[in-house]
Amino acid sequence: MSISVMLSKLGEGMITSVLIFTLTLLFSLPLGLIVALARMSKNIILKNFTRIYISIMRGTPLMLQLLVVYFGPYYLFGISISSGYRFWAVILAFSINYAAYFAEIYRGGIESMPLGQYEAARVLGYSESQTFMKIILPQVIKRIIPAITNEVITLIKDTSLAFSIAVTEMFTVAKAIASSEKTMVSYVAAGIFYYVFNFVVAVVMESIEKKLDYYR
Amino acid sequence: MEIFSIKNAKKSFENNLDVLQDISISVAKGEVAAIIGPSGSGKSTLLRCATLLEKMDSGELYYSGEKAAWNNEAGKTVYASPEKLRQIKSKFGLVFQNFNLFPHYSVLKNITDAPISIQKRKKDEVIQEGLVLLEKMGLSDKADAYPFQLSGGQQQRVSIARALAMKPDILFFDEPTSALDPELTGEILRVIRSLAAEHMTMVIVTHEIEFARNVADRIIFIAGGVIVEEGNAESLISDPQNDRTKAFLNRLQR
Ligand SMILES: Nc1ncnc2c1ncn2[C@@H]1O[C@H](COP(=O)(O)OP(=O)(O)OP(=O)(O)O)[C@@H](O)[C@H]1O
Ligand SMILES: [Mg+2]
Repeated sequence: MSISVMLSKLGEGMITSVLIFTLTLLFSLPLGLIVALARMSKNIILKNFTRIYISIMRGTPLMLQLLVVYFGPYYLFGISISSGYRFWAVILAFSINYAAYFAEIYRGGIESMPLGQYEAARVLGYSESQTFMKIILPQVIKRIIPAITNEVITLIKDTSLAFSIAVTEMFTVAKAIASSEKTMVSYVAAGIFYYVFNFVVAVVMESIEKKLDYYR
Repeated sequence: MEIFSIKNAKKSFENNLDVLQDISISVAKGEVAAIIGPSGSGKSTLLRCATLLEKMDSGELYYSGEKAAWNNEAGKTVYASPEKLRQIKSKFGLVFQNFNLFPHYSVLKNITDAPISIQKRKKDEVIQEGLVLLEKMGLSDKADAYPFQLSGGQQQRVSIARALAMKPDILFFDEPTSALDPELTGEILRVIRSLAAEHMTMVIVTHEIEFARNVADRIIFIAGGVIVEEGNAESLISDPQNDRTKAFLNRLQR
């Protein structure tokens, strides 16, 4: 296999990895906020349901969750699994898993907000939703960015777990090339890719943090 | 004309009974009332009930004759509809002990956001008025600053401007100088004095007795959730009638 063929194969894997990463964040960040609000709601059923959900998501391995999401429809309902589902199973499993982690981060941030912010808003006539969207959430986001960054960095490395249901992301491709071509080069390339990916994400997160530095 | 009145207010907390026991106060237009009393006597709770941050168990609440809360047949407080309460909220302002400015908003935005987005007033006008208010507070150069860049006294002046920007009929203050270093209290007291000179209707909870005596028309002494004594500011301080008032004032003067 020539270097250029190898690189183009790795390139495809790379795109899949980036796609998994991006889509997971796109779905899990808003979902996490909804879960956090449900977790803090006064409705006992909603509260306990989300509590259990979060505890399961955080208490079992992501790879296991991925297998359950992928094979579940077949084993539970006898639905045959189409190959197109593979990728979306990854996105689904990752999104609900990461939403649980993000939910706890949001909750910590929201609960750390001083009561005085709510009261000042209330006296000025802001409604509950205006208070949350305009006063509370922006400050919460600033507070939780460091914790979010940690999760986001972890997610980059977690994308390689998609290999367990044979989604051809970066790591899967590198492994296949290494065993068929008897070479380490693909692993080195994969390592460089993950490292650069991490680096870029860290830079982006840091710049977001800097942008929010205008107040304390 | 009566701007504000609370009638027979009663309030208990789960673990703290009878924090307010039948308190009635009414304030006329242009009047300045000071509330004094020992720590834990219920002063903040009273202001919080007046400003709808806390619900009374029983009692009535009026702003400029409009009913915010009244008693049902069982003697329990019933509040007006959320719609009505929202409208009533623009009739009063509250200045907190620890300012509670919005840290992510500039000084000007702290002042103008609620009039623009809640009261739906014209943006240009509100900003113009906001700048005038800042000038009045001696903070013209701070419009674009953020709260963390200001001293405590400056932050408190911004929070007074924020309350005034809503054009309230009455302003409540809960110990507006207690969170400040002693050398910064003067600037706040000056601002409140100038508001009094403009006949702003105000209710001020304070530990600054001399200030209360100078600026207030009337002083209300509260202890243990009841009004123990009230009257003309000057005479209540110089010639208190009730023994508890005397003891309280003596303690402060020592
Ligand atoms: N949310 C609450 N839950 C339970 N008890 C409360 C609550 N808020 C106030 N209290 C109690 O009510 C009583 C009156 O409190 P309040 O804050 O009104 O006193 P205060 O006169 O403002 O005192 P200070 O001068 O120290 O500010 C106190 O015993 C206080 O512990
Ligand atoms: Mg108090």
